Amino acid sequence: MKPKETAEHYILSSSPHAHANSSVSRIMLDVILALLPATAAGIWFFGLPAVWTIAVCVSTCVATEALCRLAMGRDSTIGDLSAVLTGLLLALNLPAGIPLWMAVVGSVFAIGVAKQVFGGIGMNPFNPALAARAFMLISFTGPMTTWLKPFWWKTPAAMTTATPLAAMKKLYVAECAAGATPTPDALSSLPGVSDLLLGCMPGCIGEVSAVALAIGAAYLLWRKVITWHIPVAFIATVYVYSLVAGGAPAYMQVLAGGVMIGAFFMATDYVTSPITAKGKLIFGFGCGLLCMLIRQFGSYPEGCSFAILIMNSITPLINRWTQPKPFGAAVR
Amino acid sequence: MKTVKSQFKFSGGVHPDYNKELARDRQIEKMPVPPELVISMSQHLGAPAKCLVKPGDFVRRGQVIGEKNGFISVLVRASADGKVKAVEKRIGPAGGKADAVILDTTARPEAPAEGESGASALAPAGGPVLPPLDWKSATREELLKRVEEAGICGMGGAGFPTAVKLNPPPGKRCEYLVLNGAECEPYLTADYRVMLERAPRIRLGVEIMRKILGGPAVRIAIEANKPEAIAAMEAAFADIEGNVEIVVLPVLYPQGSEKHQIYATVKRIVPEPPALPIDVGCVVENVGTVAAIADAVELGEPLLERVTTVSGDAVAEPKNILAPSGTKYSDLVAFCGGEKMPPAKVISGGTMMGFAVSTLEIGTTKTTSGLLLLSKDRVFQYSSHACINCGRCLRACPMGLNPALISKAVDANDVKAAEDAHVMDCIECGACSFGCPAYRTITQSCRRAKNSIRARIAAEKAKAAAAAQKK
Amino acid sequence: MTIAIVCIAGIGLAAAVTLAVADRYLSVKEDPRIGMVTAALPGANCGGCGFPGCDGYARALVAGTAPNGACAAGGDACAAAIAKILGVAAAATEKRVALVKCCGTRSEAIRIGDYNGICDCSVAAMTAGGDKGCTYGCLGYGACANVCPKNAISIHDGLAKVDKRLCIGCGKCVAVCPKKLIELVPASATIHVLCNNPDKGPMVRKVCGVGCMGCHLCEKNSGGKEAGHFTFQGFLAKVNYANPPDDPQIVAKCPAKCMSEDPHFESGH
Repeated sequence: MKPKETAEHYILSSSPHAHANSSVSRIMLDVILALLPATAAGIWFFGLPAVWTIAVCVSTCVATEALCRLAMGRDSTIGDLSAVLTGLLLALNLPAGIPLWMAVVGSVFAIGVAKQVFGGIGMNPFNPALAARAFMLISFTGPMTTWLKPFWWKTPAAMTTATPLAAMKKLYVAECAAGATPTPDALSSLPGVSDLLLGCMPGCIGEVSAVALAIGAAYLLWRKVITWHIPVAFIATVYVYSLVAGGAPAYMQVLAGGVMIGAFFMATDYVTSPITAKGKLIFGFGCGLLCMLIRQFGSYPEGCSFAILIMNSITPLINRWTQPKPFGAAVR
Repeated sequence: MKTVKSQFKFSGGVHPDYNKELARDRQIEKMPVPPELVISMSQHLGAPAKCLVKPGDFVRRGQVIGEKNGFISVLVRASADGKVKAVEKRIGPAGGKADAVILDTTARPEAPAEGESGASALAPAGGPVLPPLDWKSATREELLKRVEEAGICGMGGAGFPTAVKLNPPPGKRCEYLVLNGAECEPYLTADYRVMLERAPRIRLGVEIMRKILGGPAVRIAIEANKPEAIAAMEAAFADIEGNVEIVVLPVLYPQGSEKHQIYATVKRIVPEPPALPIDVGCVVENVGTVAAIADAVELGEPLLERVTTVSGDAVAEPKNILAPSGTKYSDLVAFCGGEKMPPAKVISGGTMMGFAVSTLEIGTTKTTSGLLLLSKDRVFQYSSHACINCGRCLRACPMGLNPALISKAVDANDVKAAEDAHVMDCIECGACSFGCPAYRTITQSCRRAKNSIRARIAAEKAKAAAAAQKK
Repeated sequence: MTIAIVCIAGIGLAAAVTLAVADRYLSVKEDPRIGMVTAALPGANCGGCGFPGCDGYARALVAGTAPNGACAAGGDACAAAIAKILGVAAAATEKRVALVKCCGTRSEAIRIGDYNGICDCSVAAMTAGGDKGCTYGCLGYGACANVCPKNAISIHDGLAKVDKRLCIGCGKCVAVCPKKLIELVPASATIHVLCNNPDKGPMVRKVCGVGCMGCHLCEKNSGGKEAGHFTFQGFLAKVNYANPPDDPQIVAKCPAKCMSEDPHFESGH
């Protein structure tokens, strides 16, 4: 017969017995909060289609996550909000007018293929949202490069247009062909500085408004969710590269397109970026360089997402290169 | 003597909630000897002492009941008069089993029987256990011997035999004596109260230790959040001669770690294990230990009692208690007015490095700096969630390790990878687990890896020894 | 066409010559018996013999630096086969299997804490000695199961159980158990004491419903002390495996219910 146990047991665990009360869901919530200004700006410029895209992506991602975990017989991980974040990030990286069924396919790919196949949160080698975006760009090239004009409902005759990056790409092509500097005429087709900052230009839902993104980034830095290393290295590389390489003005390369959202929100994804400060600098530099090489020489006008994906793939290698040196270790 | 601010900040570290206000302003209270004491033979680092008594024996306060058993070992004395009820294996907070003497302090020796044993049992009580020494005229060897006889070990937590520490191996000289008054563990205020209330004893202890160590410079390290302790030390050491400085350290956990304190005070870096502080000319001692040395020499009083902070939100009245070693945790709690609410976790030591225990029927030791009773609200649960690679542990690690890598390697049973990631350098401070948003058991993973590496090394050594014997 | 044929033929010839030369001059001379001995060994690479894998043991056997019969997994048949190859006598071995000397399941032995941490016995034992009331008993966090090369150990109701048919007696579990309660016993022995607690009866009874109290009844029922079937350590009975008892009545009459005829868990496969 089993002896009587005392009713109350103490919890036995290894030290430490104190915790900073941080949590994965709180971090994800912080990133979601930081994305809200950019989300609002996207909805402001692109209207209802943006709302629908975001709603569809988020709900599909969460549903896919739940189904995948159920199918694999693992604990549900919806509560950590990472699926919500992936859905939001994916939506913010899509053009507003994309057919919603494509958004569904992309979301399923993001969670099902890019994340859960590898074992769920913490295990994915590539940023799920970016992997899905790349997948969609290849699968649905037309809709993925059809951009609504900001406030498109005011100009029913011509609702879509090219992004500033496409125009800048033309500058590169013209320059390479003629060996000449861009004419002021060519530059005039690009948006002005205030439009660039506020985001009044065609592009993905969340990438357009540099100001909104900067507000979110400041929040993340203040909350210590991200460190400065990756964004600074990324943006500085883009800026310096375009100063040296010529073509469109350097500030335009930073503000138009996906560099801002990429540097602050996509490249800083914990799981797929290096863990050490030195590694983060290398990673950011690589992202900036690849992004600009694709913009200048590649066949796509925008290379930000591909640059980050390529750098994701060498993150384990960077981690290996940049192992920290223990306090007191002999100099080797 | 001057007071300076530390200029050298180590990288890493965390800021836990200190919760020191619970017991900070409570004066040290001397506790009456409880009816039963559980005196462990393993109160220190190294080999447990060899028990010298058997059930039925009467022992006097101060009598040696466990003798030194090896070079790295410390003798154990009875902390009160009493009758040995039993000698049995008891499990300590760290999970190791060691002999413990269960002492009934209410029993009085029976009428003197014929013969010597009865006479010794009735030897006059009171008076000093050891003859007081005049430290100025005593030789270095006499003083060292006294430290050893008094059974003193480091009272900060690890319990390294002090006599061994104060006697550097040939060829090594102590240039700096660092007094550890950082007390960076949350909740604990025992060292703080000792600095406030026993400052002159600390000063005397420093002078004795200077003599033993051959006149090193002295650095007294105190965290900036203890201005009263700094003031008390300044007053006590105001007229001391020689190179003595009070170093005010930035408030950062684990500032009390030996290696980090040496860096913060004299900017020297202790190399990787098995190097010791003496390899860079430093000896670090806890302030409580220093006061104990003064008592042992001047009063002839061995280390039989210590100040223990009993705190936590589940204790009715948090206190700093001067209790004989071997006092059961349940008696300490009763002395503090009992439990305010049922504790969910009981910790021997502080919240960052202390040991969770399963029962209050454990006796205090020379290293028990605190006893914490935490309610459900103050306790968190570890989980087995995946690492999200956020890097908080890496930034928090004061040893410059990559705890995420180590923890993932241990999860995968890859001890070799953990060893390559320098897991043996880990000081188990807990800064990594403290900040982990996935609530992973990182510190425990390091322990597990260190454990199996140590076991492997021991097995290899045994194998080599066996092979050598064969030849 | 002709050129192509000549080229291919030439390359083939050159390669053939290179290989022939390499085989002649670069080959590593190896005692052919090593291969034969390796083939005779079970190939489990369990390391129980103390050598790095079966190949390592085979080399040591051929070199004459290891005794035949150290392979617990292969047993007598293996030793005999090796003896035949090497022409040396086989030391007689008896197949031994691991025995977990505890039967304090969760439904029989008390727990004194809620352990929250890594599921591994060695670290669980480092947190206040573990959450089991009996400090000698099986913690059930599966350190042994994790190191078993044959997956012969599984955890049932907080207790490790060994599948006798899968166990090869390599002894890895014996080494890893922090409570040191796994022992290699002859596979032929049928009666075992499943307890590791040498404390006095009342102390044992406080923490476990099926702990040995040292009542010596098993000894009495097996023919008394002279029969020598049992030894005692403190208040704990131990089977003398050099002279194991075989009367099932001993088990049935054990008042503590800590004995078993066949404690081994038999898995379905």
